[in-house]
Amino acid sequence: MDNANFSFNIIADLQFMWQYDFMRHAFEAGTIVAIIAGIVGYFVVLRRSSFAAHALSHIGFAGAAGAVLFGINPIIGLLVFTSGGGIAMATLGRKAAERDVQIGTVLAFMLGLGVLFISLYSGYATEAYSLLFGEILGISMSDVIVTLVAAIILLAIIGAIYRPLLFTSLDEDVAEAKGVSIVMIGILFMILIAIATSMAVQVVGVLLIFALMVTPAATAQRLARRPGQGILISVLIALFATWFGLFISFYVPYPVSFFITSTTFVIYLATRFIRRPLPNLGISDGA
Amino acid sequence: MDAANTIVTAANLAGGYPIKTVWKDVDFSIGRGEFVAVLGPNGSGKTTLFRLLLGLERPLAGSLSVLGKMPQRGNPQIGYVPQRHPIDSETEIEALQLVRLGLDGHHWGIGFGNQGTEEAHKALRTVGAEELAHRPLGMLSGGELQRIFLAEALVGNPELLLLDEPLSNLDMRRESNFVQLINSVVRSRGVTVLLIAHNINPLLPVLDRVIYVANGRITTGKPSDVLTSKTLTDLYGIPIEVLKDSRGRIAIVGMDEPLADHHQHG
Repeated sequence: MDNANFSFNIIADLQFMWQYDFMRHAFEAGTIVAIIAGIVGYFVVLRRSSFAAHALSHIGFAGAAGAVLFGINPIIGLLVFTSGGGIAMATLGRKAAERDVQIGTVLAFMLGLGVLFISLYSGYATEAYSLLFGEILGISMSDVIVTLVAAIILLAIIGAIYRPLLFTSLDEDVAEAKGVSIVMIGILFMILIAIATSMAVQVVGVLLIFALMVTPAATAQRLARRPGQGILISVLIALFATWFGLFISFYVPYPVSFFITSTTFVIYLATRFIRRPLPNLGISDGA
Repeated sequence: MDAANTIVTAANLAGGYPIKTVWKDVDFSIGRGEFVAVLGPNGSGKTTLFRLLLGLERPLAGSLSVLGKMPQRGNPQIGYVPQRHPIDSETEIEALQLVRLGLDGHHWGIGFGNQGTEEAHKALRTVGAEELAHRPLGMLSGGELQRIFLAEALVGNPELLLLDEPLSNLDMRRESNFVQLINSVVRSRGVTVLLIAHNINPLLPVLDRVIYVANGRITTGKPSDVLTSKTLTDLYGIPIEVLKDSRGRIAIVGMDEPLADHHQHG
């Protein structure tokens, strides 16, 4: 890239990058996806559903690869497969966390199916590469708009089910007794994960979905005492990592995904080591 | 007992699963402000009774009335503390947030405003746990958590409290402190409490009534009437002896060897 020299004037640097459409679209889509992944990720970690989220992204890979094979937009394949997989998981297993083995077997099969679809597709291997590792620099204006619309729908759903979702995540039995439909919240949540995963695949790809969906939220969960704060921190970390990754990758010829995943990982490690939980001294327990 | 002061009425009630009746032919009523212990061996159907009261399951036969109505899921007049909570040591969310969910967690939307927080603080004060409001749930001890769960159940000012084995993880001193706490709530607010327990002794000083579930049947009455060798022998259908020590503490001993493990209390 000509004239792409880092200047220490970050504003000027950003203005320079944004002259390029692909960079502007990358920042736009990256921002939307980071916000959504940060929010949905908070609940993924709180509900201990990270393995389910991981599995959904792999199921999505098969869907996306199949879509490519049949000449359909891979996002459609992603959405159909992740939503279908999510609804199936929520319906079959109330205690999804205890179903690691079942989820794992389906995950492996789906990944294999994806590999088959990719090999049947006579096009370029870059399709597979971008599905697996993301291709944020290849995002078009229409992709940005689709992402924005999906994000608005997601935010509306999350806003509507926020309290019951939190309640079932923390104290399922009491929530059920209070009249919350555990199954319905579970299904809605899986659909949320499915849509969020499909969005995030554009940025970090199927294999690196944890970097945006789980790592920032896991960090936030260690730092925040209130759900609202936790969600905010989770979003801020995901946003910072995405922007920082895009920024760096403009100057250095390495994948954006690498910089994003490294950033969230370093932040996670920092909080893990710096802030140790206070020991429970067991004093003045009057009950 | 007049109708206005009857909180729970069961008539000819049967509970269990469609394929298996756990107990049947049950008749009892519980009055306002009573402190009731629900006793019986594991698997005898104590939690089934709670699930019926909560409207989570339907009676297999007979009728059940809670606060003058058929049990219905989501009754705001009932506060519930289940036996198990999924709180693990990594949960950094503060206790206040859980208590608050007990008030409005079943409502749609995000729920802005401070009213819920004030109510949650009030509930924490009631159980003497105000200083725990901003402590992470994952760092609380078993006794502290039980007080938080009690506050979560009390936050909506229910008329009936269902506590499923709240004493099971407490040592003896905390056990009796917690019973005193529940008792003071019951007496000061006129709340009715059903409490599932394995050990009757910490409850004896405060109990009004015992519901004893065993052998597919349920017997109720005053502790002094139910906890006798004769009543329990009739209930189990095998010889049972109720032993008393010098301080009035009791032990229930099954004379039939194969069942003995289940029947030892205290």
